[in-house]
Amino acid sequence: MRTHRWLVPTLYIVFLMLPIYWLLNMSFKTTNEILGTFSLWPLDFTLDNYRKIFTDPTWYNGYLNSITYVVMNTVISVSVALPAAYAFSRYRFLGDKHLFFWLLTNRMAPPAVFALPFFQLYSAIGLFDTHIAVALAHCLFNIPLAVWILEGFMSAVPKELDETAYLDGYSFWRFFVKIFIPTVAAGIGVAAFFCFMYSWVELLLAKTLTSVAAKPIAATMTRTASTAGYELGLLAAAGTLTLVPGAFVIYFVRNYIAKGFALGRV
Amino acid sequence: MLKTANQKAWYFVVPVVVLVAFNALIPLMTVVNYSVQETFGDNVFFWEGVKWFEEVLNSDRFHDSFLRQLAFTGMILVIEVPLGIGVALSMPRKGPWVSVCLVLMALPLLIPWNVVGAMWNIFALPDIGLLGRSINALGIDYNFTQQPESAWMTTVLMDVWHWTSLVVLLAYAGLCSIPDAYYQAAKIDGASAWSVFWRIQLPKLKRVLTIAILLRFMDSFMIYTEPFVLTGGGPGNTTTFLSIDLVKIALGQFDLGPAAAMSLIYFLVVLLVCWVFYTLMMRHEGQ
Repeated sequence: MRTHRWLVPTLYIVFLMLPIYWLLNMSFKTTNEILGTFSLWPLDFTLDNYRKIFTDPTWYNGYLNSITYVVMNTVISVSVALPAAYAFSRYRFLGDKHLFFWLLTNRMAPPAVFALPFFQLYSAIGLFDTHIAVALAHCLFNIPLAVWILEGFMSAVPKELDETAYLDGYSFWRFFVKIFIPTVAAGIGVAAFFCFMYSWVELLLAKTLTSVAAKPIAATMTRTASTAGYELGLLAAAGTLTLVPGAFVIYFVRNYIAKGFALGRV
Repeated sequence: MLKTANQKAWYFVVPVVVLVAFNALIPLMTVVNYSVQETFGDNVFFWEGVKWFEEVLNSDRFHDSFLRQLAFTGMILVIEVPLGIGVALSMPRKGPWVSVCLVLMALPLLIPWNVVGAMWNIFALPDIGLLGRSINALGIDYNFTQQPESAWMTTVLMDVWHWTSLVVLLAYAGLCSIPDAYYQAAKIDGASAWSVFWRIQLPKLKRVLTIAILLRFMDSFMIYTEPFVLTGGGPGNTTTFLSIDLVKIALGQFDLGPAAAMSLIYFLVVLLVCWVFYTLMMRHEGQ
C-alpha cells in the first residue's frame, strides 16, 4: 500500500494535464488538420496561430487589457484590505461581526445577478469600457476575500508584537509599515495571489463592462469564434497563452500555496 | 485573541466599506427596484408589488433550473470533497515532488473560465476531441452536444477537473499542520491507518474542509461561464443552471421584472446556506 502511494497523485495529475495537452496539441495544428484528421500530436507542426496573435493588435491588446485591470484590481483590493483586516483582527467595534459577514456576502453574490445593474451604473458615471471600471467591479468579490485572508494571517500574529512596539516608542503608522506589514508578508502574498486569480478568471462582469478599448482577452476569444468562422487552431493558441500568467504567478507563490489556500486558518 | 474595544477602528474599515458598498448596494437597489415594477421602455415604470416574485416562485421553469442547480452542486460536492481528501492524503509531505505536485495541481484554478469551457469543448467533442473519440472507441455512444446524459457527465467531469484541486490544496494544508507527535502517539498505540484517518486526520481537517465546502458550494451555485461555453445550457434546457437561466431571461428576453425577482430569490438562497456554514465555522474558530 505504502509503496504505491505515489500512484494516486500521479493519476490525478495525468487527468488534469490531458485537456491541457489537447489544447496545446491543437494550438500547433492548422484548422484544416484539426477538422480533417485525428492525431495525438501535430503532424503538420505550425507556429502560425501564435504568430497571428503576437502580430495582430486586436489579439495582443486583449492580453494587455486583461493584465492591466487585473493588476489594478489586485493593488486596490490589497491596499484597502490591509487596514481593514488589521481592525478586524485587533479591535472590537460597533457592528464588527455584522460588517464582516456583510463583506463576505458580497463574495457570495452571483455575478449574473449584478451584470445588468453594473452595466447601467458604470455607464452612468462614464466609466464604461475603461480598465478601472473592471478593476473596481471586481473589488466586489476580491476585497471581501482579501480582508478574510489577511484577517486570518493577522490573527495568527500575537498581540504582544504591537504592544512591544508601542513601548519602544513606535507611532502606529511607523509600526504598521515597518514591523507589521513585513510580519504578515506571506499573507499579503497569498491575498494578492487570490485577487489576481479571481480577477483573471472572471469573465461575465469584465465582458459586460467593456466593448473595445478595454476588452479582455477571454472576450476577444468568444467574439472570434463567432465572427471569423470556427478557427479552432487560433482559439487553442489564444487559450494556451491565457495559461501563461497563471503558471507564472503560481511558480512565484509555490511555497505559500498550500498554506495560502487554507486562508491562514489551519 | 482578546480584542480591545476601539470605535476608532471604524476609520480603518471605511475605505473597504465605501468601495464594496458602491459596488454592492447600488446594483442591489437597482435589482430591488426592477423586481417590484413593470416597464414598457422609455424609463416609464409602474408599481407591481410582489407580482414578479409570485410569478417566479410558481413557474416550472424556475423550479426546474433550481432543481438542476441543486443536483449539480450536490454531485460535484459528493465527488470533489472525498476525491480531494484522498489525493491530499497520498501526496508526499516533503521533498522536491511537493512543489511539482502543488504547481501542476493549482494550474486549472488559474485558467479563465471561458477557456476552461472551450478547452473541454474541444477535448470532449466526439469527432475531434481526445475524450469524445476515446469513449466512442470503447463502443459507448457519446455526444455531449445531443445527449442530455453525456452533457451532464461532461459538465460534472469538467467541474471536477477544474475545482478538485482547491479541496486538495486546502486538505493538504490542513494535513501538514498536524504535529508529528500525534502520529507517533498513534503508532505507539498500534492504531490502524483507518483509525488514524478517522480519529486524527479528519477531525483536524474539519476547519479547512468547512472552508472548502463553503467555497465550492458558493462557486458551483453561481456557475455560469464554463457550462455556457461548453454546452450553452443544452441540449434543450438540460444543463441550464440558475445563472444561465437568469442571464437568458434578463439579457436575452429583457424581462427585467421577473429576472430581478429571480435574482433576489437566488441571492437569498445562497446567503442563507452560507450563513449556516459561516456560523458553524465561526463556532469552530471560537473554540
